[in-house]
Amino acid sequence: MKPLVAICAGTGCISLGARLVVSSFQKEVNIRGLENEIEIKETGCPGFCEKGTLVVVYPKGIYYLGVQPDDVPEIVEETILKGRLVDRLLYTDPKTGEKATLESDIPFYKHQMRHLIKDNIKINPKNIEDYIALGGYRALARALSEMTPEEVIGEIKKANLRGRGGGGFPTGRKWESTRLAPGQPKYVIVNCDEGDPGAFMDRALMEGNPHSVLEGLIIAAYAVGSHRGFIYVRMEYPLAVESAKFALQQAREKGLLGKDILGTGFDFDVSVHKGAGAFVSGESTALMNALEGKVGEPRPKYVHTSECGVWNRPSVLNNVETFANVPLIISRGAHWFNSIGTEGSKGTKIFSLVGKVNNTGLVEVPMGMTLADIIYKIGGGIPGDKKLKGVQTGGPSGGIIPTQYLETPVDFDELTRLGSMMGSGSIIVIDEDTCAVDLARYFVDFLCDESCGKCLPCREGLKRMREILDGIVSGKGREEDLEILQDIASLMKTASLCALGRTAVNPVLSTIRYFRDEYEAHIVEKRCPSLSCKALVSYFVEPEICIGCNLCQKNCPQGAITGDKDGISFIDQSKCTRCGICFEVCPTKVRAVKKESRGFLQPELSARGVTGGDEVDIED
Amino acid sequence: MRDADQKKLDEILNKYNGAEGFLIQLLLDLQSEFNWIPREAVSELSERLKIPCSQIFRIASFYKAMSLNPIGKHKISVCMGTACQVRGAQKILDLTESKLKVKQGETTPDMNFTLKRVNCLGCCAIGPVIVVDDDYHGRVASEKVDKILRQYD
Repeated sequence: MKPLVAICAGTGCISLGARLVVSSFQKEVNIRGLENEIEIKETGCPGFCEKGTLVVVYPKGIYYLGVQPDDVPEIVEETILKGRLVDRLLYTDPKTGEKATLESDIPFYKHQMRHLIKDNIKINPKNIEDYIALGGYRALARALSEMTPEEVIGEIKKANLRGRGGGGFPTGRKWESTRLAPGQPKYVIVNCDEGDPGAFMDRALMEGNPHSVLEGLIIAAYAVGSHRGFIYVRMEYPLAVESAKFALQQAREKGLLGKDILGTGFDFDVSVHKGAGAFVSGESTALMNALEGKVGEPRPKYVHTSECGVWNRPSVLNNVETFANVPLIISRGAHWFNSIGTEGSKGTKIFSLVGKVNNTGLVEVPMGMTLADIIYKIGGGIPGDKKLKGVQTGGPSGGIIPTQYLETPVDFDELTRLGSMMGSGSIIVIDEDTCAVDLARYFVDFLCDESCGKCLPCREGLKRMREILDGIVSGKGREEDLEILQDIASLMKTASLCALGRTAVNPVLSTIRYFRDEYEAHIVEKRCPSLSCKALVSYFVEPEICIGCNLCQKNCPQGAITGDKDGISFIDQSKCTRCGICFEVCPTKVRAVKKESRGFLQPELSARGVTGGDEVDIED
Repeated sequence: MRDADQKKLDEILNKYNGAEGFLIQLLLDLQSEFNWIPREAVSELSERLKIPCSQIFRIASFYKAMSLNPIGKHKISVCMGTACQVRGAQKILDLTESKLKVKQGETTPDMNFTLKRVNCLGCCAIGPVIVVDDDYHGRVASEKVDKILRQYD
C-alpha cells in the first residue's frame, strides 16, 4: 500500500494553518518527484482541534500533532521515506512525558467510542469514493432493496434513537407520524443551523463526512414517503455549505439521488438552503419559515410539524447527528445500537469539550459516561493550577452544573434533572476565574440579541432579566433581585411561544440554584469572588515585587500607569478602565500586578472605564 | 442604478427564476455581490417580483447576514460564543473596538473595516477567534489583535 498523508482540513485546523501544511506537502512531494508514490489527502475534522494541524501518516497511522509547514520536509524524509518517527510531533503526556504514536494510544481518543466521527480523518469530503470504500451507502442499498418503509421506521423505533439536536424526541415516532399524516408532498429536512455557542459537532460532520448525513436523509425520505429534501446550513459555516453542495452533486452523478435511485424506482432530491444569520432559525418551525423564504421566526405548534410543517405539509426535521446515526442503525441493527448507552438514551453522542480544559475538541462517547471521565480522562483536566468550578451544558438553553455532580452519567434525562439539558452537546468547562453570575448575564444578553421579539414573555422577560443582571455585575444589585429574576423566569417558562424563551431561563435558574453565594457576594458585599466582573475589580502594582520592566506602562491603552524614579509602576485608579492588559503582560515570573475585589472599599470605576458593549451607568 | 449593477441584479434574479422560497437566498446573493442591499435594488425587486417592499425590508432587517447600509471593505467578526467568552473574548472585542475607534456593528469612517460581534463560529476549541473576511485567526491573545488588524490596513 502506498503511503498516504491525511491532513485535517476542518475549519479548526485551517485557522491554525492547515492550508499551508497541505501546500508544503504538495511542494515537498513534487520537489522529490514522488507525486505517484505518496498520496496527500485533505480530510474532515477528527476532533482534536486543540492540537491542530493534525497529520496522520498511513499505512501505520502515525499521529502527528501541531504540525507547522516547516515540519513537512522532515516528515517526508524521516517518516515516509525512512520509516522513523519525528518525536517532537507526537503526543506527549503532560504528566508522564510518555509519547503516543497511534491514535489509539492518545488518551484523548483512547477513552472515546467513535462511530460517527471515526472516519473523518480517512475521508476526503469531496470524494464520494472514499465514503463508499468504507462501506458507505450500503445501508441505503439495504433499506431500499430489502426493507419496506415500515420496517425502516420499525428498526429506528426499536433502536430508541432520540433526536440529537437538543429535545431528545424519539426519531422513529416522528418519522411514523409523518408517514401516516395525510397530504402530499412530504418533506425531509436536515437541521445544520447549529447556533448553540460552544457546539460544533454538526459542522464537523457536515464538513468532514457529508455523505453519512445524506445517506441518513435518503433513508428517512424513503421511510416517510418523501421525494424532496432540504439541508439547511447556517451561513457562518461556509465550508459546510460547500461540502454539502459538493456531496449532493456527486451523489446525483452516482445515481444515489434523483430519479429511480439504485434502480429501485424511488425518486428523491435535495437542495441546500443557506441560513442568513439568526439563532432562532434553528428552532424547527422558524427554520421551516426560513425555508419558505420568510422571516425565520417560530410559529405556534398547535399541530406537530411532522403533520403540518414546510408549506403546511408533513415534514420530518432532524439534526445532522441524528441523520448520521441512521445508516449505522440500518447496517448494524437496532440490537447493536441498544447495546450502547443508558436505559433512556441509547447510542453514542458527540460532545464538544471546550473552555478551560487541557484537551479541547470533539469527543464521541457512549451515552452515560460521567462528566468526570469526560473532563479528566479525555479532556486531561484543567489547565494551570486552577480549580474547576463546573460545566455548562446545553448552550443558552442549558445550565451550569457544579462540581458536586461530576459523577453524573451524561444522558438526556440526567442533565434535565439537574436543571440543565443535553442540548446539542456542548460541554463548556469553567474554572474559578469564570463568574457564574456573569456567565448567566452573558447568556441572557446573547438571547436578548437573538430573541425574534414575536412573543412578549421572551422579548420583555429577557430584557428585564438583562437589566437586573447588568445591575448585579456592576455592583448595583438589590436584595429583591433574585426573587424578581425567579418570578420572570417562571412566567417565561410557561408563556413563551417557542423553546428559545421557555429554556432561556435555565442559565439564570441553575446559577441561582447552585451558585447563590456568588449572587449574594455581588449583591450584598458588592464583590466578585471570581475577580471577573469589571466594575467590581481593581488592579494595583505591588511595589516590593515590581521589577520596573515597564511592560505594563507601555501596554496600558489608557496611559494610566506611570513609573517612579526606579521605574516601579503605579496605576492611577481614576484613569484605569480595568481592561486587565497590565495583569496579562506582567511577566509570569514576577506577577507584580494584582487583581482584587474588595467590595465596598472598591475604588470607583472611572467614567472612561466604559468601553464597548452595554453602557454601565456609573452614577446612581 | 448603474448599468453594471443592473446587470448583476438581473443575473441574480434569473438564477432564482420562480424557485420556491428563494427570497432569502436571493438577498444573500445580493448582499455578497454588492456588499450591502441598496434601497434601489429593493424597489426594483419589489416591482419585478410583485413582493411588497415592506416584506423585503423585514427580511433584510431581520437577518444578521444582510445589511441595509454599505459595510467596510473588510468585515471583522469577533466570536462571542461561550467557549470564546470564557477564554476572554470580551477583552478581545473591547480591545478591537478601542483600536478601531468604533463600537461593534459600526464601520470605520474610512470604510476599511466593519466590526461585528458574532455568536459562535464553531471554532470553539481554538478560541478566542477573530475572522477577518475569510481568514480565521484562532487563539487570539490581546497582544495579537494589533498585528491581525495591520494585515488589512
